[in-house]
Amino acid sequence: MTSYFRSLGLALAAAGALTTASAVAQAEEVQKGGTVVVQMKGEQRILNPGLRASTGVYYITGKIMEPLIDKSYEGYEPVLATDWSSSDDGLHITLKLREGVNWHDGKPFTCDDVAFSAMELWKKLLNYSSALQANLESVDCPDPHTAVFNYSKPMPMDLFLAAMPDLGHPVPKHLYEGTDILKNKYNTAPVGTGPFKFVEYQRGQYVMAVKNDDYWREGYPYLDRIVWRFINDKSAAAAALESGEVQESGFIGISMADIERLSKDDRFDVGTMGYENNVAHSTVEFNHRNPILADLKVRQAMYHGLDIDYAIKTIMRGYAKPGRGPIPTAGGANYTDQVPTYAYDPELAKKMLDEAGYPVKDDGYRFHLRHRPAPWGEYTQLWAEYYAQAMKEIGIDVEILTNDAPGFLKGVYRDHDFDTANGWHQFRSDPAVSTMVWLRSGQPEGTPWTNQFGWKDAEIDQMIDDAASELDPAKRAEMYHTIQAKAMEELPVIFAIEHPFISVTSKKLHNHHNTPRWNSSSWYDLWIEQ
Amino acid sequence: MRFPFPPILIYALRRLLQAVPVVILIMIGTFLLLKLAPGDTVDALVGDMGGADADFIARLRAEYGLDQPVWVQLWRYMTKLATFDFGWSFVYEQPVSTVLMDRLGTTLLLMATSLSIAFTVGTALGAIAARRAYSATDNLISVLGLVFYATPSFFLSLMMMLLFSVKLGWLPVGGIKTIAGFYTGWDHVIDVAKHLIMPTAALSLIYLSFYLRLMRASVLEVADLDYVRTARAKGAGEMRLMIHHIMRNALLPVVTLLGLQFSTVLGGSVVVETIFTLPGLGQLAYQAVVQRDMNTLMGIIFLCALIVVVVNFLTDLLYARLDSRIELA
Repeated sequence: MTSYFRSLGLALAAAGALTTASAVAQAEEVQKGGTVVVQMKGEQRILNPGLRASTGVYYITGKIMEPLIDKSYEGYEPVLATDWSSSDDGLHITLKLREGVNWHDGKPFTCDDVAFSAMELWKKLLNYSSALQANLESVDCPDPHTAVFNYSKPMPMDLFLAAMPDLGHPVPKHLYEGTDILKNKYNTAPVGTGPFKFVEYQRGQYVMAVKNDDYWREGYPYLDRIVWRFINDKSAAAAALESGEVQESGFIGISMADIERLSKDDRFDVGTMGYENNVAHSTVEFNHRNPILADLKVRQAMYHGLDIDYAIKTIMRGYAKPGRGPIPTAGGANYTDQVPTYAYDPELAKKMLDEAGYPVKDDGYRFHLRHRPAPWGEYTQLWAEYYAQAMKEIGIDVEILTNDAPGFLKGVYRDHDFDTANGWHQFRSDPAVSTMVWLRSGQPEGTPWTNQFGWKDAEIDQMIDDAASELDPAKRAEMYHTIQAKAMEELPVIFAIEHPFISVTSKKLHNHHNTPRWNSSSWYDLWIEQ
Repeated sequence: MRFPFPPILIYALRRLLQAVPVVILIMIGTFLLLKLAPGDTVDALVGDMGGADADFIARLRAEYGLDQPVWVQLWRYMTKLATFDFGWSFVYEQPVSTVLMDRLGTTLLLMATSLSIAFTVGTALGAIAARRAYSATDNLISVLGLVFYATPSFFLSLMMMLLFSVKLGWLPVGGIKTIAGFYTGWDHVIDVAKHLIMPTAALSLIYLSFYLRLMRASVLEVADLDYVRTARAKGAGEMRLMIHHIMRNALLPVVTLLGLQFSTVLGGSVVVETIFTLPGLGQLAYQAVVQRDMNTLMGIIFLCALIVVVVNFLTDLLYARLDSRIELA
């Protein structure tokens, strides 16, 4: 339908029939104005994407502060940077910056802001980014609208580009320079260049932003106002959607049962569209310090004991795919499905465990495991319960130790006090800035969401390091295919289920979920039926 | 009398002095208890952020003083508290006192309305039920009381939400006001009142049933006593008998319960505020536990301890007023 209109419009416009073309444009009937109310699960401590890389922060501030480069379904989209290029040796990356862009306080956006943000925030303070920009030496400003990033080691352009939509939000230098950046008051009252201007943050209630009349995309945004309401109770959030008080609930903000129910309700669009860049894996993690789990045969047997398709159907209600190692299908060229897999076969699993030297003992079990499930929402808990149940089938007793978030993180990552654990982990556009920290040994003790599993493989370590600085995209992709296959063979971690997040969106919203990281993006073209 | 003060002031002063060690003990106890919970606010923060590197984590721990031994942390906290400095909330990036004051109003409003409704309606219904003991009216009231008593407040909240917000569309789902409604004057008052109807009902019904049941039993007991028979023999009318002779004496145990329950209502408001997203102390306390926001949590507990101490003092005063045989000593 839409493509028909588009081609028709093109044909007519080409014929010079401008009046008809505008009539076709009106078929979309954009309505300007109105307020969109969004449900948020958790309160945010700070609202500065240059300081905290987290989807919760982008979900709000993505509308207020913009990255240099964003991602659309067609590829990388110029936002504050209009053009980018890399020197042949990969040591210098040059960005052309957009001219005529003003911060919300009226001051112009220039290269000084980018240089300051990169050196003072992205390199030093921003999580994930401090590893990415570790080799950044300086940022030069030959003119106010050109920024040159100088690296001491080659920086692959595709890695830089993949990271920028999340890790490339500049802050206004004039409001941050000379202050204690972590305590700066603009961290909770963001000043950006985006289509919406921050109004207020009422703790425990809402964040509000209004239309930026001085926005650089002429004629945008369409909305007058966006309000993010903090509703932690999932049932209350579903009620707010149904009563029409809230129009968007992202990142699986309500219970899976309600998601399934509302997906059959014709007032809502429910789906995983717009989360291609926010794909996560539900995992089973092993503590390789446990000699039983250090045995590859045991890990492989356990994988054979898991009925992934059943879990996808019952827990994820079908909104997921079986995992194929550390890189999800959303990983683009770096993904391959040419890897060893482990079909559900409990009999084979039992046989393998017998062979590995763990027969069923007098108490009816082969061995006992203490399992820590991450408290990241309902489906993570259910996955833990399913895992324990499936292990029981093949004669492994799994005791589940439930904690809240701080307790879980301390138990697994700081104290290493577990045999197995499960959680979900986001893939952030490029393996080098996300899932590789799961496999690379030598991670600093106690760092959450890194290899704290006691897993060490010199070969994999070397491959990861080589891939991170390989400049040729094709060669780089090949290296990641090898890593993926090796990870599926050795199973340091089971990347069991690949799943995007799910949004429940009122059909009154238009132009929603039209980019691969929509809930984090700027929503400049979003409009609502009044 | 050596002191030229009225006895009530001396009494108040003594109660105040007694409250100081109680509050100090509560604070030390909760501090240690909270430290026993696994993980700290940096774990919670890093969890929210989706990960961070080791230097960042170590820097935060040092900044928040979490790298010090527990006893040092406790000493630092208590010395600051002695000057009524509640410290800084690392979750809200504001002084704890500001965070608390922002939330106190909502909670007090919710508690005051819920408790007054529960108390007045509960005692009235209880008295009526007792006067018509074992009649159809009594049965109806008692069954209702039992149903309210047995229904958990979260369930009641969600059911009301389903009926009045989703199905009927009469009342808003949650929050304290219509965001982006920009109401002023009386419109604002009405708007807030509409937002408070369901939370107040959810919180008060369970306590209403407490008062109802206790008042019914208490009135039944008092109505059989000698002085009531005497009053009736002297020709006092039913109304006068009820209000002057029975109610006043039957209220004593109910007032005791009122004082005791003030603190449990604070607990109940955690659930109701979380479901209805009311920006009150209850919701704040829940968030503070989840985020291991020690300073805020300690501030809330301090405030609640004070409220409970004051309410208990007022209850004692009320006793003396209701029954002149009780002396303040």
